[in-house]
Amino acid sequence: MIVFEDVSHDYGGGPLFRDVSITLGAGSFHFLTGPSGAGKSTLLKLCYGELIPSAGRVSVMGQDRRQMTRDEMAATRQRIGIVHQDCRFLDHLSVAQNVGLPLTATGRPLPQGDLTDLLGWVGLGDRADALPPTLSGGERQRAALARAVIGAPTLLLADEPTGNLDWDMSQRLLLLMMELNRMGTAVLIATHDMNLIRFAKSHVQARVLRISGRKLTAAGAEL
Amino acid sequence: MSRDARAISDLVVPRSGQSVWLVTLSAAAMAFLAVFALALAVSAAQLARGWSAQLAQTATVRISAPPDEMERQTALVLEVLRTTPGIAEARVMDSAEQAALLEAWLGPDLPLDALPIPRLIELLETDAGPDRQGLRLRLSAEAPGAVYDDHTRWRRPLVQAAARLQALAIVALGLIGVVMTVIITLAASASLASNGQVIAVLRLLGARDRFIARAFVRRISRRALLGSALGTLVAGALLWVLPDLGSTVQPLAGFGLQGPSWALLLVIPPLTMALAWTASLATAFHVLRGVT
Repeated sequence: MIVFEDVSHDYGGGPLFRDVSITLGAGSFHFLTGPSGAGKSTLLKLCYGELIPSAGRVSVMGQDRRQMTRDEMAATRQRIGIVHQDCRFLDHLSVAQNVGLPLTATGRPLPQGDLTDLLGWVGLGDRADALPPTLSGGERQRAALARAVIGAPTLLLADEPTGNLDWDMSQRLLLLMMELNRMGTAVLIATHDMNLIRFAKSHVQARVLRISGRKLTAAGAEL
Repeated sequence: MSRDARAISDLVVPRSGQSVWLVTLSAAAMAFLAVFALALAVSAAQLARGWSAQLAQTATVRISAPPDEMERQTALVLEVLRTTPGIAEARVMDSAEQAALLEAWLGPDLPLDALPIPRLIELLETDAGPDRQGLRLRLSAEAPGAVYDDHTRWRRPLVQAAARLQALAIVALGLIGVVMTVIITLAASASLASNGQVIAVLRLLGARDRFIARAFVRRISRRALLGSALGTLVAGALLWVLPDLGSTVQPLAGFGLQGPSWALLLVIPPLTMALAWTASLATAFHVLRGVT
């Protein structure tokens, strides 16, 4: 799915992280933790190609990010579900239209039944016609997750997907992600929530990556 | 693009936005100007053709002679003209016609009998026309007071002026097209810039550049069509109610759009839309190249 080879990234004020090499295989489940500003969101952006690494090589779905054409990048992103920390909705469209956008904006059919079921599952059945600015923080995160999974992605990237949710709803959404993982979707979740990680590890084979001090480590060992 | 894709494409760009109204207004203003430039170009072409055709086959013989010689020289000139190949008709203008010609300069109460006015013979020439040089020589030999005038002296500058007027109108039309392209390009850039968040989200969801560009292009082109149609309608209506210059100034008969030439106005809105489509599509792809 995703392969990092000696990847470094630098926004201009020195490297955020250096020489990161990881492989996120098909059907894998990973958590990414670390202090604020360590580079979790940057690493996710490198995964879905919003950023190109300052050094090293990132392969997304078997293709070198640097060599990908714009259409290839678009086609690859159609196979990736992304939950952004700030959710990023089109504020003039309803919740249902935003959730269906990954399919409708890419020419894929949108089964209305699936959309209704998904909105109901994330607890937004009665908010389908609401506009994003009227949603609470928790509702926005649930809508963002629904949008990320509607296209049955092969890779799900989530940046703090449960930051504004209560524990019950956090578990509910995590169960949804675990269900997708059981169906073959690779999942990478950036989070501070250790309870969430513990809950996931009790249900699935999840690995925890920690980014800190410009390095990425797993289970205490440097990668 | 399927109907569903078009419907989504129409939805993703917010309907509000000053840049989109800027396109409507500028298209309306430019179409308004284009109508008058087009009318000027068509009128100038009509005038040039009309003046050229009217004057090409007419000529005048002017006879200046003492009163006791006038009738004899007139008869001689008419005989020369009757026997000259290329002259279809020769007619002596009567006093009333000559008075009407001079009225514009000398007023209506002209005592023609008291003035030494030359006699005028109006000629209608065949398509081939006479041998002008030969005719001049024969007239000077038979009637020394007769001068043949084929109107070349003032016909040529008139036709040239009309042709230049037409060229100017065409240049004006071209400039209007250039200005419209620039405005639509700027409006498209502004629209894309103010919707940076929309573009970024669509890209991250896997939408291709073609889809995103067309969403903006369709919105901008429709506004351009709407504005252009309104501008054309208003300008056409104003042109319609303009007083007929030809009824008061005879040489300007035919000035303005006549008959089928009104149909030319129908070209302006679709042409504006095509211009908007091309300019905004190129701008959209240029802007999108800066978004990952």
